[in-house]
Amino acid sequence: MNPVSPAAAARAAASATTPSAVIPRLDQPEALLEAMLLIRAYELRLSARSAQGGTPSTCTAVGQEAAAVGVVSVLTADDLILTNHRSAGHLLARGADPGRMMAEVLGRRDGYCKGKSGSLHISVRELGVVLTSTIVGGELSLATGVALSQTMLGRPGIVACFFGDGAAGEGIFHESLNLAAVWKLPILYVCENNEWQAFVHRRETMVGERIAARAAPYGIASATVDGNDVDAVRTAARAAIDSIRDSGEPFLLELLTYRLRGHFEPDDQAYVNAAELAAWQARDPIERLKARLLAGGGFTTGDLNGIDARVNARIDAAMAFAEASPWPDTSDLLTDIYA
Amino acid sequence: MTTITVYDAMAQALAEEMRRDARVLMFGEGVATKRAELLAEFGSTRVRNTPLAEGIIAGTAVGAAATGLRPVIDLLFAPFLCYAMDELVNSAGKLRYLSGGQFEFPLVAIAMTGAGWAVGSQHNHNVEAWFAHAPGLKVVMPSNAADFKGLLKSAVRDDNPVLFFVDIGLLYQPGEVPDGETLVPLGQAAIARPGQDVTLVSYAKTVPVCLQAADALAAEGIAAEVIDLRTIKPLDEAMVLASARRTGRVVVVHEASRTCGVGAEVAALVAEHAFDSLKAPVRRVTGPDAPPPASYPLEQAFVPGVDAIAEAVRALVRKLH
Repeated sequence: MNPVSPAAAARAAASATTPSAVIPRLDQPEALLEAMLLIRAYELRLSARSAQGGTPSTCTAVGQEAAAVGVVSVLTADDLILTNHRSAGHLLARGADPGRMMAEVLGRRDGYCKGKSGSLHISVRELGVVLTSTIVGGELSLATGVALSQTMLGRPGIVACFFGDGAAGEGIFHESLNLAAVWKLPILYVCENNEWQAFVHRRETMVGERIAARAAPYGIASATVDGNDVDAVRTAARAAIDSIRDSGEPFLLELLTYRLRGHFEPDDQAYVNAAELAAWQARDPIERLKARLLAGGGFTTGDLNGIDARVNARIDAAMAFAEASPWPDTSDLLTDIYA
Repeated sequence: MTTITVYDAMAQALAEEMRRDARVLMFGEGVATKRAELLAEFGSTRVRNTPLAEGIIAGTAVGAAATGLRPVIDLLFAPFLCYAMDELVNSAGKLRYLSGGQFEFPLVAIAMTGAGWAVGSQHNHNVEAWFAHAPGLKVVMPSNAADFKGLLKSAVRDDNPVLFFVDIGLLYQPGEVPDGETLVPLGQAAIARPGQDVTLVSYAKTVPVCLQAADALAAEGIAAEVIDLRTIKPLDEAMVLASARRTGRVVVVHEASRTCGVGAEVAALVAEHAFDSLKAPVRRVTGPDAPPPASYPLEQAFVPGVDAIAEAVRALVRKLH
């Protein structure tokens, strides 16, 4: 017999999951803008490459940067994140290295997952981004267990689970909300309602306008907010997290945003209503933040150009790093199957 | 040695492992209701009832396993695993690999199956081969009380996802269980009866049927060896091949349907690696490619019986003479 005490077990488990890498502080307007610009530049660079051929395609979240940066920026280092196939924003806002992410997308050895994930299921455990699943709704099925570990092992962090309006159509969405409510699990459900469910518009697949309306029947508090306004997202996310900490119960935060590009690069978006797309382009979260900073934040055009230049240099360096990274050895085909 | 039922052997295994490791917890449909002794000893945090929702039961186990707990879940009947396939196959089986080894999934999923309760094919469907075909999972299906206890304890201690199938017909069968710590390693088959003329390869409820067939054959002068696989994946290839080379004749017996079943895998294994030793073709005696019915005589007819096994052996032996 080799008994393991609850305290020792908790310590061992905590040390195995507590984020260890450097998580950036995103609390100043300039840092928020830079994070959003980095996400945009990262996704557009990869999209441009895949359009040329020879580079694996990605699912982007262009236009949704305020949602990702707004929520992630108010999480603490103890909190854990589950995301999905549109994960670049959540990962980069949390401090993931764009070079290692690009290496992963290209299938290279220095990718966060040794090239085995590609773009679709990048997890970075050292940053607390765990169990990324590209099965729509997969993150919802796993978040309850991650939150159960947090509570049973006495860890302080909450669990932020990012999913889309498409995932809210999966049965597992309802199973997850119900169990989280019954077991009082500390989960911040973040629905990035981007109007698109792969190639189908949300209005074809649901009655009603709001995913958040589905929280109340399970006894879960919710809020809906403009997901293209990073300050509004931050305020709402802070309030949601306070609610989780005060009540010990989950919260559903719906962020109204829009997927400005197609489902999967390259995508000509021939199925998208041009007027609707134009209306949302006019509400681009990055342009809105820039305008606000220029109007009243004490920023000049020169300041903004400087941020742009820094971001572009980082993406250039990231792509160079990824391209220089070697392919995995074919012997890696049979590693990491079993523990 | 103490004689207890399979159900009690599993209860002992669960209690011992929960006592040993505070990270072990159990939840599922009716778990806290039916396993009141576990609830009394370990409390409602570690022994939980759940909604009748297999997807989130399995998903919760997968998420918890990756982040520090060691869950055991009871999904009741094997056909209900269809609702948990995404979580078990796409998450537990793949996310270690897809993440480049960042996570491990120490969890056990228990489900009952097999003829015996006349419940029909939405409660009785031997689906073990489905999970053996999925990467990253382990699959266990014991045949006796001692192995149920020893394999369940090993499954709880394993750092990988383990599907633990309970043959309904065995659940209240008594058997001798060693006193004290009992561990049966995953991936190790057992010779349930030695013999030199033919090898019967089986697992779960059809192991005792094979033993009865071996008794009948012994009276005719045919010495049958019976191998109990115990673990379907990883398969104990070495033991199967060694026996096949020794006897030169192999009959695979299982209740699950024939096509792409475990028997096909064993037959292919023997053909690939022990062909030169074979004195006759490998034979399969299995359930038919049909949904298991409820009616008692039909349900019994589904399961390989003593006569069918013995006749398959006689046919192989006749081929030599």
